[in-house]
Amino acid sequence: MAWSEDQPMVSIKNLHKSFGALEVIKGVSLDVMKGEVICIIGPSGSGKSTIIRCVNALNDMQKGSILVEGQEVNDPDLNKLELRKKVGMVFQQYNLFPHKTALENIMMAPLLVLKQDKAEVEELARQLVKKVRLEGKENNYPGELSGGQQQRVAIARSLAMTPDVMLFDEVTAALDPETVNEVLVTIKELAEDGMTCILVTHEMGFAREVADHIYFTDKGVIVEHGRPATFFDDAKDPRTKEFLSQIL
Amino acid sequence: MDAFFEWFKWLYDDTGINLPFLYDSYDRGRMIDGFFMTIKLSVLCLFFSIIIGMIGAWLQASPLKWTRRFVGGYIQLFRNTPPLVQLYFFYFAIGTMLPKVSNGFGGEEPMLGGFAWAVVSLSFFAGAFNVEIFRSGIEAVPNSTIEAAKALGFSRLQIYKDITLPLAFRVVLPALANNLVNLVKTTTLAYAIAVPEMLYEANQIWSDNVNVTEMMIFMLLVYFVLVGALVWVMNRWERSMKIPGYGA
Repeated sequence: MAWSEDQPMVSIKNLHKSFGALEVIKGVSLDVMKGEVICIIGPSGSGKSTIIRCVNALNDMQKGSILVEGQEVNDPDLNKLELRKKVGMVFQQYNLFPHKTALENIMMAPLLVLKQDKAEVEELARQLVKKVRLEGKENNYPGELSGGQQQRVAIARSLAMTPDVMLFDEVTAALDPETVNEVLVTIKELAEDGMTCILVTHEMGFAREVADHIYFTDKGVIVEHGRPATFFDDAKDPRTKEFLSQIL
Repeated sequence: MDAFFEWFKWLYDDTGINLPFLYDSYDRGRMIDGFFMTIKLSVLCLFFSIIIGMIGAWLQASPLKWTRRFVGGYIQLFRNTPPLVQLYFFYFAIGTMLPKVSNGFGGEEPMLGGFAWAVVSLSFFAGAFNVEIFRSGIEAVPNSTIEAAKALGFSRLQIYKDITLPLAFRVVLPALANNLVNLVKTTTLAYAIAVPEMLYEANQIWSDNVNVTEMMIFMLLVYFVLVGALVWVMNRWERSMKIPGYGA
């Protein structure tokens, strides 16, 4: 069945995931349409990160289905390379390649994985450096950049693969309050450009501003979800209310 | 040059300090042969021990239990026995079990001579330590960095070649330098199976000239300079591989 744009770009159905005897995801379902930005929030250990790590097959799943543009992720014959060309991911700890400069970090995957022409890749990489506002830092190594700058390199590195969906796994959690903003601005611009984004975040103000839909998870299930205004101002579930009262 | 050599003849006549490898052309030839034999032995053992180290570290990460056990057994055997005993074991035990071959003069000789056995034995000895050294380096590469490469679509081989190895190598260089220094010093053991390396030739000279004191002072100095040169090269190499802002 061919995928078309009126179907969800990412469709998670009844996802179950255990680490040994510990079941961390107990039947999660959610859909993301093209161009949509969704935020997953919730307490630590509620399985937020695990959900998005399943989407690009960094974690396997025990039961359920994840369709990315119609491609089933829960499939032993899954072509991970094809999946990962469509799905970009940014991590909490940036995870840049420390032995490569900022520009080389961005260029590496298109060169090695997509076997693209070097001159074209370099042009794209320089455009991305500009997009994340890091002109002049092209030849710096990750160790010479601040956390916020590293995270923006990581975003550019992921964008260089021209993904259709971007996953953000608590990308500002390791940053100090001042640099959080420079990363959030970059993500916001990306969302405004129409990139489909799934964010796991603790930045409630940001989630409210950019998200089309908020999902609140606790103990491996989605407790409540809704549009940001409804979700933040008019939460129904007592667990959601308790969580929101702690942090807002 | 002749005047220079003559001076040592005069030194011997005048003071009794006997350095025949300087004024006597036959002993000089023996010393030079011994020096180059030590260099040849060292270079071959360095090369093969590093190859053994890399292959062993790769096999040790094998999913097959018996492959890992085999490598583990090899390391235990060669780390927990004296190198001189290993050398004798190869030369006298294994060497005599191998078939003899014609020497072209109507006689027979062992398939492998002392030099070949010294290379085999010392390479396996130093290789056992190199396996552990390389493994420690591979384990020091953070899993999160590997995950970032996976998320970008890198294949297993690309990750090993472009991420794990370059990072692991930088971590292990100091430990590797240590082991290689030890290896060069251990080549003197080849003396015990009559490989004409530097110490063996020095023994020949002091047997003929009864000048053990002078020869041993000279040996100490030559090895000090030789190993010093290796250390200098390794330090230079380490510095040239240093990444700005990464590591200590």
